[in-house]
Amino acid sequence: MSLIGTAIELDQVLYRWPGQAEACLDIPALSVAAGERVFLYGPSGSGKSTLLGLLGGVNVAQRGRVSVLGREMRAIGARQRDRLRAAHIGFLFQQFNLFPWLSAIDNVLLPASFSAERKVRATSERPLRDEAARLLTQLDLAPSLWGKSAAELSVGQQQRVAAARALIGRPQIVIADEPTSALDAARQLAFVDLLRRECAAAQATLIFVSHDERLAVHFDRQISLVDVNRAANRAELQGSAS
Amino acid sequence: MMAMLKLAAHSAWARRLTLGVTLFSIAISTAMLLSVERIRLNARQSFTQSVSGVDLVVGARTGGVQLMLYSVFHVGQATNNIEWTSFAALAGHPAVAWAIPLSLGDSHRGFAVLGTSAEYFPRFRYGDGRWLKFSDGKAFSRVFEAVIGSEVAARLNYRVGDSITLTHGFGNQALTEHADKPFAIVGILEATGTAVDRTVHISLEAMTALHLDWVAGAPVPGLSIPQNYVEKFDLRPKEITAALIGLKSRADVFRMQRFVNEFRGEPLLAVMPGVALDELWQTIGMVERALFAVSALVIVVGLCGLVSTLLAGLNERRRELAILRALGAGPGDVFMMLAIEGVLVTTAGAMLGVAVLYAATHLAAGWLLAQLGVVIAAQWLSPAEFGLLSLVVLTGLLASLVPGWRAWRMSLADGLTPRV
Repeated sequence: MSLIGTAIELDQVLYRWPGQAEACLDIPALSVAAGERVFLYGPSGSGKSTLLGLLGGVNVAQRGRVSVLGREMRAIGARQRDRLRAAHIGFLFQQFNLFPWLSAIDNVLLPASFSAERKVRATSERPLRDEAARLLTQLDLAPSLWGKSAAELSVGQQQRVAAARALIGRPQIVIADEPTSALDAARQLAFVDLLRRECAAAQATLIFVSHDERLAVHFDRQISLVDVNRAANRAELQGSAS
Repeated sequence: MMAMLKLAAHSAWARRLTLGVTLFSIAISTAMLLSVERIRLNARQSFTQSVSGVDLVVGARTGGVQLMLYSVFHVGQATNNIEWTSFAALAGHPAVAWAIPLSLGDSHRGFAVLGTSAEYFPRFRYGDGRWLKFSDGKAFSRVFEAVIGSEVAARLNYRVGDSITLTHGFGNQALTEHADKPFAIVGILEATGTAVDRTVHISLEAMTALHLDWVAGAPVPGLSIPQNYVEKFDLRPKEITAALIGLKSRADVFRMQRFVNEFRGEPLLAVMPGVALDELWQTIGMVERALFAVSALVIVVGLCGLVSTLLAGLNERRRELAILRALGAGPGDVFMMLAIEGVLVTTAGAMLGVAVLYAATHLAAGWLLAQLGVVIAAQWLSPAEFGLLSLVVLTGLLASLVPGWRAWRMSLADGLTPRV
């Protein structure tokens, strides 16, 4: 997998949720270069979650081509998509990212047990636990908290643990879905900064999804889903017309 | 997949309270199914083996079932008696090894009184050929001596040396006491789990002696023969109710049966006890099937509890499933995780149920036999019980497919963003 080139490419993609009449996504073209840090924004209902599902290979477009790291998602099977996601994509959610009954550090170690490939990369320089410790230290989480169960941590601490989990084993793509929405304004900026820096260090492509446009300036490029997604565009026009 | 299993174990441990209660309810229903099944089999066995080693039971001509009911279970009454001369003729038949006369009709505080010969005790067998044993005392040797069954002794708190009086007739018709002729208890039999436990045994001579001053089932007014004079009378019985017959060779059984049924002196009936007891059990087999149905339903209730627990937990676990999906788990993995959880809970529950059964049979076996006359053997699981147990686990597996399928659907619909 080369670093230079495209990480993600969408071409004439159409996606409709089962049981719904209207398409939710209708994206003629969208591409993200490898190593690029992209801010993806749009109001709720503009298809953000659906797009992330397509990129993660959890959902498959009915029409068009979704390429992730050079692989066409519909052409490879469901197993392969699951493997691609486990090995090359780090996910970060809004909240409740962690298994509350595992310790912070065990949560960070999880991706390595789901993907052998990722484990190899995580242990290329040091033992796995040390790598997890390194990431947690980088993300400014005190060692006294590592052994605590995730449920005992504050929301801010939990998000940093989740970031460490997304970054372990250097995935080529990090997808963060509103990871700062549970944080206060001061911590939001600090977290975005942290994530950006860590992705740069890991040479990972970062897709940062948010509806909060104030954070947009911290990224290489801003993509408005309403502009890219014709389905959202139509919905927006209809909304303003009525 | 290993990673998934470890996570599933952690997740289950985090929900140990609800899962534990579910496991416990499956354990209890398994223990109930197995013990009901065990009691059922033991009841059937002790019933169909109420007599053993007896080739023919002979009585006046009635139905085979009725003959068994009064001669072996001491339930109901014979419509007709057998002449002593007929019995003597049968006992003298060259094919007959031994014959034991039985004379019924009296009672003692609700327990049947059986007049028989002293040969009864060393001849009578039950179960898989077990002999009667005395827990105290010995067989009767004189006229006014009685041997009682274990239940009679336990219920009425009798000991060897106690004196009892018998009552003429049974139940509601038991009106007249043989108060002038008390009996001394000389022996108490060990528990057998058969009608023997509920019987007072006296000699045939005593039976005759009791009724010396009776004519046509009622005491003759003004006539009373004191106890110490009865032995001056001829106490040989004129009639008996039934007889147990052992043959020299089992091969003669059909020939002997025909001989009895075509007996010239009076109309007689001979039945093979094993066949008749099986036939009798068939008629009360409804109860047996109802028992089994009830315990099967208890299992169904237990498994419904499992399914509902897993389904209810699923909604709270949508986040968990989404994280698993993000980490690379497929919908199939999620399905497997839920299904395996259900199977493990069922299996563990079934195993705990076996443990409960063992503990219960060890603790309660003596009590059950003494109080209810139910024999419940503390034995290792029989192949049939293993079959039942695997049926429980298999049903658990099928039931676990429901939450598995639901989780699969959920993880497909939710993808990475659970709609909570």
